[in-house]
Amino acid sequence: MGFKDRTCIAAVGLTGYGRRGEFYERGSLSQIREALNAALAESGLERREIDGFASYSVDENDPSQLAPALGIPNVNFSNLVLGGGGGGGCGAIANAAAAIHAGMARVVMVYKTITQPPHMRFGASYGSAQVAANPYSDFHRPFGLISPVQLFALIFRRHMHRYGTTSRALAEVAVAQRRHAQRNPRALKREPLSIEEHQASRMIADPFRLFDCCQENDGGGVVLVTSAERARDLAQPPVYIMAGAQGGDSLWGQALTSQNAPEEIYTTAGHGHLAERLYAMAGVGPADVDVALFYDHFSGMVILQLEDYGFCKPGEGGALVEDGGILWEGGRQPVNTHGGNLSEVYLLGLTHVAEAVRQLRGTSTSQVEGAEIALVTSGPTNLPSSSLLLRR
Amino acid sequence: MSLLRPLAQIRPDARTRGFWEACRRRELCFQRCADCGAFRHPPLGGCPHCASDAAEWVPVRGPARVFSYTVVHHAAVPQLAGDVPYNVVVVEFDDAPGARLISNLEGVGEIRIGMELELCWDEVDPEVVLPRFRPRG
Repeated sequence: MGFKDRTCIAAVGLTGYGRRGEFYERGSLSQIREALNAALAESGLERREIDGFASYSVDENDPSQLAPALGIPNVNFSNLVLGGGGGGGCGAIANAAAAIHAGMARVVMVYKTITQPPHMRFGASYGSAQVAANPYSDFHRPFGLISPVQLFALIFRRHMHRYGTTSRALAEVAVAQRRHAQRNPRALKREPLSIEEHQASRMIADPFRLFDCCQENDGGGVVLVTSAERARDLAQPPVYIMAGAQGGDSLWGQALTSQNAPEEIYTTAGHGHLAERLYAMAGVGPADVDVALFYDHFSGMVILQLEDYGFCKPGEGGALVEDGGILWEGGRQPVNTHGGNLSEVYLLGLTHVAEAVRQLRGTSTSQVEGAEIALVTSGPTNLPSSSLLLRR
Repeated sequence: MSLLRPLAQIRPDARTRGFWEACRRRELCFQRCADCGAFRHPPLGGCPHCASDAAEWVPVRGPARVFSYTVVHHAAVPQLAGDVPYNVVVVEFDDAPGARLISNLEGVGEIRIGMELELCWDEVDPEVVLPRFRPRG
């Protein structure tokens, strides 16, 4: 079914990690060059083999700039996942796989960078002085609902009410991921973090505290996708794309800024529909997943994704993360073994793909023993979100 | 007194004007599909349930209850430094199932999900009248 195992991730290249705004002056194109060079070097692919581009989140770079700047002679595929935020990352990789499987392109470069200008930040999406009132934001902006952390806090608060999920569960996620980051030399947050320190940290938007929130960074990455045949001859072991899905539950699309999804969808990460499609395409289930890389802008959304992807029943995500339940070693379900957006870096989800690839090559700094199948997600955010199942 | 004054602007268009004009009359109205009867808010071009274009503005009276809430302690933009902490509540209405309103509670200590609310109008200026709430007393 679909393009199962017909395409591979041949390489992932990442830039260095910057503070928010640090690379703004340098620009995004130079970051893409840096990431591409790293990806080419690790794979042994030739620059001129690349003939397609795929990105997401309203990327500012299009092939008219990219092809000449990167020295790519012919462009056979060009694609952007609709929607903003980080929801389209896995979807862009799935689109690349679909194009290769369909014969439209041979090697597709999936790319994304963040270079935030000094006067903007994701954390103030709708509140900046630069964002004027408009008919869409009039229903949340005047009431002070202007930041992603606030939108997700409302959803998680209702989950707590419905299922009894605790603040302690949030702490478990933050602490487990910090422990993974401490083992990862690339991670930006490596100081020890205890449950108590999490619980004593300042409240940002109740119930989310400081350590429940991801970082905001500058940087970027390139993922090279090619056919399984081509990937087998390259320098790195191939990582097969078993399945890719993008979209989500339609009514959850209203959950974020409108907060009006029916309760059974409101109290999820909106990935339920994606999970069904993904497992069906791959022919596997949650019990087959060795390591999950969940998009973690906020700790609580890891708990909701554990439920959406069937690692436990709805409402049981809090219990699953308790007592180190998502730790790389000894955890019932290892999650975000790189430290995630919370503790490694926030690059709109590409680092989760990079960590899945490391796990399947056996090179993670928190290697899950014998890892064969990895789940990667992008979002929750406004539709579309997306996800991938990868295998070694 | 107006809450969150730095953000208290609106820019209605053809789709949303019915809601805001009702607010100026001190009436809270939601869109209801004229075919299947489903409520929706914020206003949409069509019904998400039956795709009908036909809609009417229907006054809602409640009871209104807290569906979810957050207390914002960190000012996401510097202009709100004087406003934190402030609350944001998602309000549902017994007589408008399916529609929820984002708003704020005035003069409240503890907020609880399910808490009953009453509407109070916040006139920022004659053009901008915002629906806010307080605990039902």
